[in-house]
Amino acid sequence: MTNPLTAPRGAPIIAVSNLVKQFGRFTALRGVNAEFDAGKFYVILGDNGAGKTTLLRALAGLTDPTRGEISILGKKPHEASRDLGYMAHPSLLYDEMSGMENLLYFDKLYDIAGNSRCEQAIQAVGLDAELSRPVGKYSQGMRQRMSLARAILHDPKILFLDEPFSNVDLHSAREMVGLLKGMRDAGKTILVVTHQAALLEGTADEFVWMQAGQIVDRTNHLARGHLAPGDAPAGES
Amino acid sequence: MRSFWSIALSTLTKDIRLEWRSKDALNAMLFFSLLVVVIFVFSFDPLAEESRHIVGGLVWVAFLFAAVVALNQTWARELRNQVLDAYRVSPAPANALFLAKAIGNFILVSLLEALMAPLFVIFYNLRVLGPAWQLIPVTLLGTWALVVNGTFFAAMSLRTRSRELMLPLLLFPVSIPAVISMVAATTSILTGDDPAHFYIVLLLTYDVVFTTACLALFETVLQAE
Amino acid sequence: MKRAFPILAVLTALLLVYAFYQALWVAPTDALQGDVYRIIYYHVPSAWTAFLLFFINFIASVQYLANARPSTARAARWIVIAIGIIGFVAPFIPQVKQQLPTGMYPSSVATTFLIITGLYFVIGKYFVDQDLDVLAVTTAEVGVVFCSIVLVTGPIWARPVWGIWWAPGDIRLTSTLVLWLIYVSYLVLRRFSDSAQTQKLAAVLAVFGALDVPLVYFSIWFFRTQHPQPVIGGGGSMDPRMLHVLLISWMAFLCFAFLVCWSRYRLEKLRREVEEAEALESLLEPAGLAGPSSAVKTPLSRGSK
Repeated sequence: MTNPLTAPRGAPIIAVSNLVKQFGRFTALRGVNAEFDAGKFYVILGDNGAGKTTLLRALAGLTDPTRGEISILGKKPHEASRDLGYMAHPSLLYDEMSGMENLLYFDKLYDIAGNSRCEQAIQAVGLDAELSRPVGKYSQGMRQRMSLARAILHDPKILFLDEPFSNVDLHSAREMVGLLKGMRDAGKTILVVTHQAALLEGTADEFVWMQAGQIVDRTNHLARGHLAPGDAPAGES
Repeated sequence: MRSFWSIALSTLTKDIRLEWRSKDALNAMLFFSLLVVVIFVFSFDPLAEESRHIVGGLVWVAFLFAAVVALNQTWARELRNQVLDAYRVSPAPANALFLAKAIGNFILVSLLEALMAPLFVIFYNLRVLGPAWQLIPVTLLGTWALVVNGTFFAAMSLRTRSRELMLPLLLFPVSIPAVISMVAATTSILTGDDPAHFYIVLLLTYDVVFTTACLALFETVLQAE
Repeated sequence: MKRAFPILAVLTALLLVYAFYQALWVAPTDALQGDVYRIIYYHVPSAWTAFLLFFINFIASVQYLANARPSTARAARWIVIAIGIIGFVAPFIPQVKQQLPTGMYPSSVATTFLIITGLYFVIGKYFVDQDLDVLAVTTAEVGVVFCSIVLVTGPIWARPVWGIWWAPGDIRLTSTLVLWLIYVSYLVLRRFSDSAQTQKLAAVLAVFGALDVPLVYFSIWFFRTQHPQPVIGGGGSMDPRMLHVLLISWMAFLCFAFLVCWSRYRLEKLRREVEEAEALESLLEPAGLAGPSSAVKTPLSRGSK
């Protein structure tokens, strides 16, 4: 593995080898092998139960693998937590506090200097830092964007996003995609799990297809010999 | 080290602020505490001579019930949007979170006790015949004993079925020596018969032992899926 | 090993019968209590067996937690060695010797600590990782059974002799009750926990329980000095003939406990092997697909699990 500190864009910074995750008798991941390069935008696709969320959670350090190794920036996920940002479908925010209050709190968890970074993060996702409305009263689109602000607060090198666009209005979703594109261009590595891959055609560098706990294909475009999720297969309802 | 304390402090202030904003839960708990005292008063006739000897026990059982209600909602806000995942993904040490939650619970339970204790004094016409000042360390140490293990087991029961039942189920057996000490010490002080020193020392030992154990093992519990 | 089991079972049965005979016929009648006291030959050995089993559970739990990382495993080993050395030397120091309760010889305390250290390393050698957890579950379950026997025979003994079912100040019986409660809650936690880390959580609880026991002992001990209460089971020394029968009885109980634990241990290991085999099968042959070779060509079916 190349030295992460001097790794040029395009060098692998995430390596997964023989990753197996089982929950009792159910196998979510069956021996996943993959490398992900620095500064690239990856979209992970597949049906429900394909193991996408499990893979992402394992990479973020939220799930311990049953077998196999994960290496992020040359370290285990827990050790690399300073450089990881994670966002999922639940907002991971306190409904009772405003966006700014939420970020000021999570700010402390990363031991970084306060107010200004929080304001910047909120503005970066296109929201108003002065907004005092509690997050619980946000629309889904706003909540997802605030959750993204929380994920990027500490300027992580790597972002893991699990279904960031689900139930989000098209406008917000497109804005988020633009945001992520900007972050990728600035050098961040982004892995997104989504069912709405069409949004990312043209932005993403690579599409990673998963099925039944394994990576079955990696393509540069959507729908090469595969049906894009969301399209009805010919002849079926 | 500095980040440990700043994380614990900011978590604590956040919890206090949130609790203060919506006082619903707090008010409900205060009312519940009042009800517990009233039920006890009706069950154990305050005029009977025997009552005075068992008031120490009554008070602490009442505190225990109120504490369980408070402890069961320790992680309620964190569960709602899976906020614990955000904590686990960050480099923040797990026991900073634990300490903040334990202290927060301590403050909450103390508040409930501050309501219930005067009520007991009034209903049972309590007079303290021994050194009254000793009630302070007994109450502080005893409350911490319940709260530190309670917060820990509340986190443990997050991963179980029948979550609200598991908390007291795990907490009560381990708390028995603390309860014995609290009750005996309080009775000694109220009746003035015997010195309570040994119990206070025992409570202190209990608190030190289990606070250490909780801080050391909380990471394991938090990372359990 | 499998052939040894029936042989041991027969031997144990014989030993139990022999102990029963000794307890009921050979042991002399107690001067004060008459023949009622003979329940002691079930009450006390059950207690010693239960304590031994719970102690093994504690050691297995500590090792299970410590072995998660090599650094903590090493630290735990050194701490145990230190405890062994201190425990071996301390009882012979005059100041410490004075503190020992009457009837407890320094040499027996020293030997106990040596046994504790020895047990830690023996268990560590023969049980690794998952086996430690299986051992923990086994000893917890069998321990609870023996502990229940203690709690049932205690009051049965107390009632005719002292006229009361229970004395809260009886330090041994009450400590046993708390130990029983802790381990029942341990078993409930194991059953109710959905988590993949159930084993770690249970081990943590076992550690908490073990830390609790000496505190229980002291709290009741002091309570008793303030409020003298009848002691069920009596204190003081015992007629050597009675002690002899007691030890025979304990030997028989230990053999029986060993057999039951061995069966339970094997059962649990088999159960886990089946689970692992099923998991492995699920790993190699994913459900819902025609077969590995056609995986890529089939259109992604919707809603497959």
